[in-house]
Amino acid sequence: MNTIDPDGADIVVPLYRAAHGRTGDKGDRSNISVIAWHADLWPLLVEQITPEAVATQFRHRAPSRVQRFVMPTLQAMNFVLDAVLDGGVNDARNLDTHGKSLSFLLLDMPLRVPTALRHRLVGPDAG
Amino acid sequence: MTDPAPSTVTAPSLLIGCAAGFSGDRTDVAAAVVDTLIARLGPIAPATGSDPTAPPALPRAFLIFETLAERTLALAQLRRRADPEAGYEPLLDLMLRPVLARCLAHGVGIVSNFGAANPRAAARHILRLARELDLPAPRIAVLEGDDLSAPGFRDLLRERIGATLDDLRIVSANAYIGAEPIAAALRAGAQIVVCGRVADPSLTVGPAMAHFGWAADDWEKLGRATMAGHLLECGAQVCGGYFADPGFKDVPGLDQVGFPIAEIDAEGRCTIGKSEGTGGFVNEATVKEQLLYEVHDPAAYLTPDVVADIAEASVSVVGADRVALAGVRGHARPTHYKVNVCHEGGWLAEGEISYAGARAEGRARLAADVLRERLPALDLRVDLIGAVSILADDTGRMLAATPDAGVRDVRLRVAATHHDRAVAETLGREVTALYTCGPAGGGGVRCSLTPRLNTISCLVPRDAVPVGFEMIREAA
Repeated sequence: MNTIDPDGADIVVPLYRAAHGRTGDKGDRSNISVIAWHADLWPLLVEQITPEAVATQFRHRAPSRVQRFVMPTLQAMNFVLDAVLDGGVNDARNLDTHGKSLSFLLLDMPLRVPTALRHRLVGPDAG
Repeated sequence: MTDPAPSTVTAPSLLIGCAAGFSGDRTDVAAAVVDTLIARLGPIAPATGSDPTAPPALPRAFLIFETLAERTLALAQLRRRADPEAGYEPLLDLMLRPVLARCLAHGVGIVSNFGAANPRAAARHILRLARELDLPAPRIAVLEGDDLSAPGFRDLLRERIGATLDDLRIVSANAYIGAEPIAAALRAGAQIVVCGRVADPSLTVGPAMAHFGWAADDWEKLGRATMAGHLLECGAQVCGGYFADPGFKDVPGLDQVGFPIAEIDAEGRCTIGKSEGTGGFVNEATVKEQLLYEVHDPAAYLTPDVVADIAEASVSVVGADRVALAGVRGHARPTHYKVNVCHEGGWLAEGEISYAGARAEGRARLAADVLRERLPALDLRVDLIGAVSILADDTGRMLAATPDAGVRDVRLRVAATHHDRAVAETLGREVTALYTCGPAGGGGVRCSLTPRLNTISCLVPRDAVPVGFEMIREAA
């Protein structure tokens, strides 16, 4: 998924190379953390991983609301997605009724990274 | 930023280890947690001038087991219906047997919600276990008040939920109660506190309240201790469990991953470490992931004890596998308890069949089409495991938007719910019939039919739910 931007200044990488996170659930509500791997990458996350972008990434689950909480002291964001668990652990027909795997859907979002910050990314370049 | 400077006259800090993060967690992990607690406590001071009328000393450290998830309690209630002596954590014996003697000998208290739907029966089991191990009978307290399933609470629940309650077959109704009765039980001399539904962090806050003598409205301290409890309550999840992602997040020794130990000071601040001689690690990344786990608004993490606030929290490494949490605040607790009401929800029918080799995905998709035609009374969820499944949705939007990619190893899974068992059963019969009537080469049919439990939540005023504890002394 790594592609070189036409102007040569940015690369586009999957979010999981710049951040990590975990999913939690309560009822039909999912929360997904997005935590910067490095302080230099943090502003990119805040700028690009917006509630609107996350709602688009989860459009097939039709969230009724996506809230984003920004925590600069942790360099982390918490996304709260309502009504994305097909009813939640007791109601959904999904195999993963908790939505435990949803952090990997969020962390698949594309992130534009200046080439100068490439060395801050985690994992192999081809990842 | 809001943390007070360390005071010059500090009470000794409190060690709390966690040896289970859910019902079904590993049962061979508590020994390393207890060994680490005992090593850090040092030898027990010899009893001086022992006065038989003096109140028993508080435990010097604590071991907690968190074993109740949202649906665990309803399942426990069903077991209790079938057997009045059941309904507590089925792994209780396996969890406690390896460590009970050492905990009692070294003054390590035990606090857990492993009482589930039947804390008294759990306490009787522990007394039997102690006898079997030739130990003196431990002082066990059971918490009371969380179980609202008795008919006497029906009017209260109807008032909060509405008339729909009358149409439901209630399985369980439990309030998430808090740390105060745990602390009271410990002050009264309990060595072991057996709870049913308490808020997970309260398993930590209760011992801290008793140990430091905090008031129930010391919000800042309760807020900090609550987040210590939050970091502990999922066991290995703060020690490298549920974290590994090869090539990106490599974790050493995951097969022997350690369990967490929090050191809590008199202000409620905590440092998280882990059991000695185990795998995994505790670092900024593992602590941040767990800190935000199941949190919604970070400025308002609601528990029965306090509204904890991590909006300006920070973490820092203070040693090998040691991370300090700072900047946590606390605000006045909610006026209401959260109550989960579980009720019977009909039947979940599931069926699976596999296709492999050339055009496997196409054959699986055809099988799904056949099932949709054959089962018009059921709203089918369709998964093509190996192609599109886990991240998809019950309505089938993602599946419909995903073209056949020619996957060569696909397991078709279909699932549906229905209130009528006879209708639900037709799903399994139709999946099985694919053996002879479906596409070529289908194999490995597995079908199941499971009673469903659904949950409704409501809030009830605290004063409508009397809570307390009772010391259990009699042997079974």
